[in-house]
Amino acid sequence: MSWKMKALKKSVWVFHVNTGACNNCDIEIVNLLTPKFDVERFGIKLVGSPRHADALLVTGVGTKQAAKRLQEVYRQTAKPCVVFCMGACAGGGGIFEGAYHVAGPVDKIVKEVDPNAIIAYVPGCPPKPEAMISGVVKALAAI
Amino acid sequence: MKKSVRKPILAVGPFHPLQEEMEFFQLTVDGEIVTDIDVRISYNHRGIEKLSETLQFDQVPFLVSRVCGICSASHPLAYVQAVEDIVGVTPPDRALYVRVIINELERIHSHLLWVGLAGHFIGYDTVFMWAWKYREPVLDLLEKITGNRNNYGNVKVGGCREDVPDEIIPKILQELDNVEQKTEMLAKAVLDDPVLHARLKGVGTLSNKDAMDYAVVGPTARGSGVDIDVRRDDPYAAYADLDWKVITQTEGDVFAKAVVRLLETFESIKMVRQALKKLPKGPVAAEVKEIPPGEGCGHAEAPRGETFHYVRSDGGNRPVRHKIRAPSYVNVPSFRASCIGQHIADVTITLAAVDPCYSCTERMAVMDSRSNVILDYESLLRLSREKTAKIKKEIGSPELKLEDL
Amino acid sequence: MNQEELDNRLAEISDKLIDTQRISDRRVFLLCESENSFAVNKFLFQDLALRFIIATGIDSDSCFEVLYHYSNDETGCIVTVKAFIRDRENPSMESITPILPAAEWIEREMRDILGIDFINHPNLRRLILSDDWPEGVYPLRKEVKK
Repeated sequence: MSWKMKALKKSVWVFHVNTGACNNCDIEIVNLLTPKFDVERFGIKLVGSPRHADALLVTGVGTKQAAKRLQEVYRQTAKPCVVFCMGACAGGGGIFEGAYHVAGPVDKIVKEVDPNAIIAYVPGCPPKPEAMISGVVKALAAI
Repeated sequence: MKKSVRKPILAVGPFHPLQEEMEFFQLTVDGEIVTDIDVRISYNHRGIEKLSETLQFDQVPFLVSRVCGICSASHPLAYVQAVEDIVGVTPPDRALYVRVIINELERIHSHLLWVGLAGHFIGYDTVFMWAWKYREPVLDLLEKITGNRNNYGNVKVGGCREDVPDEIIPKILQELDNVEQKTEMLAKAVLDDPVLHARLKGVGTLSNKDAMDYAVVGPTARGSGVDIDVRRDDPYAAYADLDWKVITQTEGDVFAKAVVRLLETFESIKMVRQALKKLPKGPVAAEVKEIPPGEGCGHAEAPRGETFHYVRSDGGNRPVRHKIRAPSYVNVPSFRASCIGQHIADVTITLAAVDPCYSCTERMAVMDSRSNVILDYESLLRLSREKTAKIKKEIGSPELKLEDL
Repeated sequence: MNQEELDNRLAEISDKLIDTQRISDRRVFLLCESENSFAVNKFLFQDLALRFIIATGIDSDSCFEVLYHYSNDETGCIVTVKAFIRDRENPSMESITPILPAAEWIEREMRDILGIDFINHPNLRRLILSDDWPEGVYPLRKEVKK
């Protein structure tokens, strides 16, 4: 494992991207910062720009309008990075699969820009905050 | 042991659902005053109405529950009421009470979420952390009753999918007392704070006339003196049997809307208590075999206002047409009326006061005539917080004290 | 206004209507041709001061229908204007946005998803479909496959 990866695993800075979601996943992500879950104690921090991020927390189906923006955000994110598909929508379209304005799912959109992107999936509708923390920790351990 | 909370703001950037939100607001300014607004909402459009036509009537509630995460009980309820309109069926009494319980619990945690976000926008992160901590027990209650913190999957045509087990009622009542006590503390801290009075009064005012021209609903309307509430005007579920009142204010500013939401939370707690105590015995669903041809309208008072569904059936087992109108669809355009003429430091809180359901504010920017961004969202947020800090200094108010987090 | 007053006043525009259907005491449908839709809407919003809820556009095979839903909050009655657009080739209707700002978005949306042109609309630009969505493809039309 490269020293970069080692450093990344110590403290993960994440950037949240909504690509057309109902907001349940987004609210649960924000919940991670509140006192009950408090992910800051694990070193997980939400940042305001993809350039500072080690990981992207992506929610939503990837609508046609949002797809290009997601690709742009991915390009701007410092590499190496991990793309977390949070929730059923980001994972595979969820209940919106096949709808006419969906360009996703998220992994398809990201792989158009980088076929070797590291992508992890946290299923749930929405995933509970505990599931999100568990998913992030597991994925980082596996890299 | 009580100590005043002096934790610094936790994260560097904005960290709420509005982050990266796909609603895009482009503001044009003259100096520091907003002169015009353009809105794009295509980022979040998923094509749900068309998808509904491919599902059977009883599958649709699962779909519409996910139109918006924080109104996820209101959409399915409005929908099944539209279909029940077509069929001409009234669910059994116990089902009507269960519907009230779930929907009012949702209102409580939704309003607390809003108070937290509003605090965040103006730089009161203590309020944010506090409100979001104390909405958690409500989510836990909903999980106990329905199996999920959100997306309850609780209604179907003819009644409810699941009952509230009698054994857990004492626990719910006990938890409600706790939530009420915390909300009282929060309400007192917020409503008595002179800095908040100075910061939020007269800001983002929506006049009574504009409220009617834009046909706004919910706390956005009631904060501007428009006395409407579907629960009272076209009663559904068991609301007509309960003792509660509609909260209105007249000033139409952000403060008025905050007052409406806080006081409504107390009404909701009262309603859940009454509904639990009066919960009739009996089944929670009537059997509905077929949906005949016809058209029906159903509406429910979501935390943000009236959610309206129209359904047309041709006698088959799928809707021929399903129109969904979330309250934000009429509330967000009114942002134009309440934001034009405002100072840029106030735009984030003005939009937040409308409580856009889909999480919009983050995608806001001030543009110049050549569509270049001159002030991005983070700058607007910073301006908003700086204004609060300045007021705090002028008034010399002590740090907001809340029980230790 | 109460229900009786509402019924009496609705009779004032009966000359513009094809039919009035009372599905129940709280659900009324006023059917009209698209040419009369503006006058009927104006009456409901300005004269009767009903609250506009939303509009529903429907592709009904032989024609298009635009339903404008209003609420009489005092009685909980929902009054729906059902306007028929008979010209399927070039469906159009006079916009009510000039007198009712609340209709701006929904008329833009109906243009996006059904291709109905709203004449005199102050701002008939794309609202909900992506920038690269092809012109002329209207997702809620029947011929567009699900």
